[in-house]
Amino acid sequence: MSWLSNIKEGRSRPSLPLSVFGRAAPGAGSPVVLAFLMMPGIIVVAAFFLIPLALVVMRVADGPDGWATYFVILTNGWYFASLVQTLLMSAGVTLTALILCSICGLFLVRNQFAGRSMLTALLTLPLSFPGTVVGFMVIMLAGRQGVIGSVSDAIFGEKLVFAYEISGLFIGYLYFSIPRVILAVMASAEKLDPQLEEAARSLGAPTWRVVKDVILPGLMPGLISSGAICFATAMGAFGTAFTLATDIDVLPMVIYTEFTRNANVAVAAALSIALGAMTWVVLFVVRCFVGNSTDVAPRGGA
Amino acid sequence: MRRNWKFYSQLGLTIVLCLFIVVPVVMSALAGVTVNVFQGLSSGFTLRWIIEVLDLYTDSILLSLWIALVCLVVTLVVGVPLAYVLVRRPGRWTRLFEELLTLPVAIPGLALALALLITYGGVSGYRSSWLFILTGHVLFTLPFMVRSVAAVMSAMDMKMLEEGAASLGAGFWRRFFTVIVPNAKPGILAGALMVVTLSIGEFNLTWMLHTPLTKTLPVGLADAYASMRLEIGSAYTLIFFVLIMPLLIAMQTLADRGKRASKRIDTAEDTL
Repeated sequence: MSWLSNIKEGRSRPSLPLSVFGRAAPGAGSPVVLAFLMMPGIIVVAAFFLIPLALVVMRVADGPDGWATYFVILTNGWYFASLVQTLLMSAGVTLTALILCSICGLFLVRNQFAGRSMLTALLTLPLSFPGTVVGFMVIMLAGRQGVIGSVSDAIFGEKLVFAYEISGLFIGYLYFSIPRVILAVMASAEKLDPQLEEAARSLGAPTWRVVKDVILPGLMPGLISSGAICFATAMGAFGTAFTLATDIDVLPMVIYTEFTRNANVAVAAALSIALGAMTWVVLFVVRCFVGNSTDVAPRGGA
Repeated sequence: MRRNWKFYSQLGLTIVLCLFIVVPVVMSALAGVTVNVFQGLSSGFTLRWIIEVLDLYTDSILLSLWIALVCLVVTLVVGVPLAYVLVRRPGRWTRLFEELLTLPVAIPGLALALALLITYGGVSGYRSSWLFILTGHVLFTLPFMVRSVAAVMSAMDMKMLEEGAASLGAGFWRRFFTVIVPNAKPGILAGALMVVTLSIGEFNLTWMLHTPLTKTLPVGLADAYASMRLEIGSAYTLIFFVLIMPLLIAMQTLADRGKRASKRIDTAEDTL
C-alpha cells in the first residue's frame, strides 16, 4: 500500500488544505479508506467519460479541417440555421412552460377543493416518460389520427395536423416540461409566506404589484432551476424528434444525420461538443445564479 | 373561501393542462386494445395487439429490466461510497469531482454516446454486448444516485453518529455498514427507484449504443412507432405504462412520506 500513502502524502501538503485526502475528520475513515471508497467512482468517470471526451476532442482536431471544425457550426449555413432554430424553440418551450406552470402551480398550492390532489397527480404523470413515448403522445394529440385533427375536422371540416414538424416538437417538449416545472413551482410556493402578501395588500399594493414584488421573487429559484432543465432537455433531446420525423432541423437531429447517414464523424463530434458545451454553460450560469440548489432529480431524458 | 372569476379561470387553465397531459395517454392506452383504431372504439376490444407485442418484443423488454437491475447494482456499489466521501469531505477536489460526475446529465446523451462509440466502438466483443449499453446507463444514472444519497447524508448528523459508534469501538467498515448505510436508507431507496426508472426509459444514449441483438424497451418502442401499425405501437406503450407506473407511485409515496417526516421535524423544533 506504499503507493497509496505516497499519494496521500503528496496531496496533503499545506498548499491544498481542502484536499479530499487531507487531514482526517474525526470519526471518518482514514484517507486510505476514503480513497478506496472513491476509487470505483473515479475509475468509472475516468474510463467512460473523461477519456472518451478527450478522444473525441482529439478526433475532431485530426479531422480534415483540424481545429477549425469547431467553428463549422457558425460558418455552415445549415448548421447555423438549425442552431438558431433549436435555441429559439428551446427558449420558447421554457418560457411557455414557466408561465403556464406558475399560474397552475400557485393555484394548486393556494386552493383547497375536491379533486386537487388528483389534478396534481395527473399533471406530474409524464415525469418518467422517455422521449419516444412523449413523441407518440404528440402523435396521439396532433397526428393524422389525433384528437385535435378529429375535433377540428368535426367543427371546421378541416383536419389540423401539426405533429410531424417543429411545432409538434414544441408540443412534445412542453409535454415533457410541464410536470417538472409544476413540481418546482409547487415546492417553492409552499415555502412562500402568505403574511408577506397580506402585508403588501394591506399597504395598498394592487394585485400585479403583489405578483411582481412578492410572489415572483419567492418562486424565482425554483423557476430558474426547473427552467434550466427544460431548456437543456429541449436543446439536447433526441427521442421525441426521432419519433416525430427525422427531417426536423434541430441540432441533435442534424448530429444524428451527419453521424449515421453521412458518416461525417469529425463534424458530428464537433457539433456534439459545441451542443454539450452550450448546454453545460447554461446550466452552470443558472447554478451560479441561484446557488447550489439546482436539483438534477426531476430530470429524465426526452 | 371566495370563488370568483379568478378562481374559475385558473381552474379552467389547470384542467386544460391536465387534459393536454392525460388525453393522449388515455387515447394510446385505448388504441392498444382496440380492434381497429381507424374505425374507432366501435370496432371492439381485443388483446391481440398486446399478445403480438409480447411475441415480438419480449426479449427487448426483458433486456431492459435486466440492464436496469444491473445498473442499479453498479450505481449502488459505486454511488453510495462516493456520496459518503463527497459529504464527509467537502472541499475543492470533491467539488470538482462532483461537477465532473454531474456532467453526463448536462451533456446531451447523443454526444456522450458518440464519445463512447469513438472510444470503444472498435472493441468488438464489448461493443456488441449489452455491457456497452449498461456503460451508458451507469454514466447517466450515477449522478442521480449520488445526489439522492448525499442529500440524505448531509441532512443527518453523520459526525455525531460516527463518533458515537467509534467511541463504542466500532471500526470503519462496521460503522459504514451498520450506522451510515441504514441511516441513509431513504436516500438510497429514492435513488434506486430513480435509477431503475431512468434506465428503463433511456433512449438518447441507447439508440446510438444498441445493436440489432441488443435492443432495449425504448429502442423497440421507437422501432414499433416507425414500422408497425398504430395499434401495436399503442399496445407497446400500454405495456410500458404498466411497467413504469408502480415505480412512479412508489417514488411519489416515498417523496410524500419524506415531506411529512420533515414537516414533523419542523413542528417539533417550533414547539421546543
